[in-house]
Amino acid sequence: MSEPPPPERVRVAGPPRRRTPSARTRDIDAETRLGGMYMGSLLRAQLRLALGILGTLLATVGLLPLLFHLAPGLGTVHLLGLPLGWLLLGVLVYPLLVLLGWLYVRRAERNERHFADLMGGEDR
Amino acid sequence: MTPGLNAVPGIVAVTLVTVATLAIGTWGLRFSRTTSDFFVASRTVRPRLNASAIGGEYLSAASFLGIAGLVLTFGADMIWYPVGWTAGYLVLLVLVAAPLRRSGAYTLPDFAEARLGSRSVRAVCSLIVVAVGWLYLLPQFQGAGLTLRTAIGAPTWLGPVIVALVVLANVSSGGMRSITFVQAFQYWLKLTALLVPAAVLLVVWAGDRATTGPHGQPADWSVPLAPGGPQGLYVTYSLIVATFLGTMGLPHVVVRFYTNPDGRAARRTTLVVLGLLGIFYVLPPVYGALGRIYAPELAASGRSDALVLELPRLMVPGLAGELLAGLVTAGAFAAFLSTSSGLTIAVAGVLSQDLTGRTYGGFRLRGVTAFRLGAVLAVLVPGLAALAAPDLGVARAVGLAFAVAASTFCPLLLLGIWWRGLTDAGAIAGLFAGGLGSGAAVGWTLLSRSTTGWTAALLEQPAAWSVPLAFVTMVLVSRLTRSRVPAHTGRFMVRLHTPEALELDRG
Repeated sequence: MSEPPPPERVRVAGPPRRRTPSARTRDIDAETRLGGMYMGSLLRAQLRLALGILGTLLATVGLLPLLFHLAPGLGTVHLLGLPLGWLLLGVLVYPLLVLLGWLYVRRAERNERHFADLMGGEDR
Repeated sequence: MTPGLNAVPGIVAVTLVTVATLAIGTWGLRFSRTTSDFFVASRTVRPRLNASAIGGEYLSAASFLGIAGLVLTFGADMIWYPVGWTAGYLVLLVLVAAPLRRSGAYTLPDFAEARLGSRSVRAVCSLIVVAVGWLYLLPQFQGAGLTLRTAIGAPTWLGPVIVALVVLANVSSGGMRSITFVQAFQYWLKLTALLVPAAVLLVVWAGDRATTGPHGQPADWSVPLAPGGPQGLYVTYSLIVATFLGTMGLPHVVVRFYTNPDGRAARRTTLVVLGLLGIFYVLPPVYGALGRIYAPELAASGRSDALVLELPRLMVPGLAGELLAGLVTAGAFAAFLSTSSGLTIAVAGVLSQDLTGRTYGGFRLRGVTAFRLGAVLAVLVPGLAALAAPDLGVARAVGLAFAVAASTFCPLLLLGIWWRGLTDAGAIAGLFAGGLGSGAAVGWTLLSRSTTGWTAALLEQPAAWSVPLAFVTMVLVSRLTRSRVPAHTGRFMVRLHTPEALELDRG
C-alpha cells in the first residue's frame, strides 16, 4: 500500500486567484485587438449599467425641482399628514437611493463574474 | 449667555467625547506600525467597520447643525443638501468606487499621476486637494466655536482650539488605522445624539399639536425649490450638480476608498454607507420643521445654526431638556472631530508626499515624521482662518467646497476611469478651467453677499456651469493633444476594471 501523497502546501497570501492563464487573458496581456474587444465589452457593460442607474436617478429625483416649478400647486398637497415635498425629499428619496445602489452592486458583480467566466472558459 | 448651572451637561458631554476619542485613538495605536498603516490602515478594513467609519467621517458640522438651521430659515428646498450628499455616494458607487480602489493609489494626486504619467498633473491635484480640504475644515472649526459658545458659554476661540488639538493628537499618533475606529464610533454616537432627542421632541410636539399646529407657514416653505422662478430653478439644479458630483472629489472621502481590501469590498462598503447616511439624514429636517414651530426667533436673529443645540432646551423643560441638550452637544462635537480628522489625514497625506516629505538640501524627513508635520500644517491654516473670520454659514461654506470638488476632481476621475483619450494637458486645462471658475465664485461669495439677480445666482451656485466647462475643456484639449495619450493607458484600464481574482498583467 502506498502512502497517500501529503496534502499540497497552500500559501494564503491574498484572495483566491483563478489559476487559468487562458488564451483570452494572454490576449488582454498582449493587448491584441481581440484582447481590446474583451476589455471593451466589460467596460461597456459596466458603463451601461452605471448610466442606467444614474438615468433612473435623474428621471425620478432629478425631475422633482422641474415638477415643482411647473406645477406650483404641488406645494400645498399633503400626503400622510406631510407636505408632499417634505415626504418625497425628506423620507422617500433615501430608500430609493439604497435600492438603486443595491441593484447596481448585484449587477456589477454579475458582469464581473461573466467576464471572469469568459476569461477562464475553455480555450479556443 | 453666561456659563452657569445649565452648562454642566454640555461640559460633561464635550469632555466625554474628547476623552473617548483620544482613548479609542490610543487603542487603535497598538495596531499602527507602518507608513501604510498611517495612510490607508494597510488596506484591510472590512466593509461594515469601514462603512461606519466613512459615515462617521462624512457627517460633518454641516450635516449635524447646518441643515436644520437652513431648513428653519429657508424651508424645504434646503433638504436638497442632505439628499445631494447621499446621492453623491450613489454616483460615486456606480462610477468610481471599485476602479478607484483598484487603481492602487494612496491619494487623488497619486491616481492622477498613475493614470496620466505626469508630475505636473500631480502637482495641480495636490494644490486642489489642499484648497478643498482647507475650505472644508474652516466651517468645522467655526461650528466647534459656535457649539461651545451655545452649550457652555465658552469664548468662540475655545472650540477650534480644542478640536485642532484633539485631531492633531489622534491623527499624528495613530494615523488612518486608529482614526478608523474613532470614526466608526462617532457615526453611531452622532446617530444616537440626533435620533433620541428627535424622538422625544416629536412626542412633545404630538402632545402640543392641538394648540400649535404646523399651520401659518409661508406657502413656499414646503416647496423643494429655491424661490425666484427660473432663477430658483437654476440655483436648485446647480446645488444638485454640486452635491451629486462633488462627493467623489472630496479628499477625505476618496482617501477612505484605499482602505478597502479590494474593488468588490469598496462597492459593498459604499452601499452600506448609502444606508447609514439615509438613516441619519432623515433627522436634521425634523429639527428644522420643529424649530419653525418652537424657535422661529432663531432664524430671525441669524443664529439658525444653533437650532439643533437649543431646541431640546426650548421644548423640554427641566433636567430632561438639559440631558438632551448635552446629548446633541456631544454629537455635534463628534461631528467636528471626525470630519476634521478625516480631512486632516487627507490633506496631511498630500502635504507629506508633495511638500514635507521632499528632499531639501540633502535633508529628508522620515515618512511618519513628514506625515505629522503635514498634519500640523493641515490644521494650522484653517484653524487660524477660523479664528480670524469667525462667521460663515456652516452648510454654505461646505457647499462651496463641494462645488470646487465637482468642478475639478469629478471630471478628472470620470474621464480618467472611463475614457482612454484623456491626456495630461487636457487634465491640467480642465482642472484650471473648473478650479478657477468655481474658485472665483467661492471668492465672490466669501467677500460680498450684497447683489441679487442672475449674476449672484450664477456665482453663488457655480456648479451648473463650472462642471460642464471643466468637462468640455478636458475633452477638447485632450483631443487636440491626442499624441500625448500615455502608452500604458490600456494596461491601466485593465487594472481599473477587471476583478482582482483574475490573473492579468496590470502594469
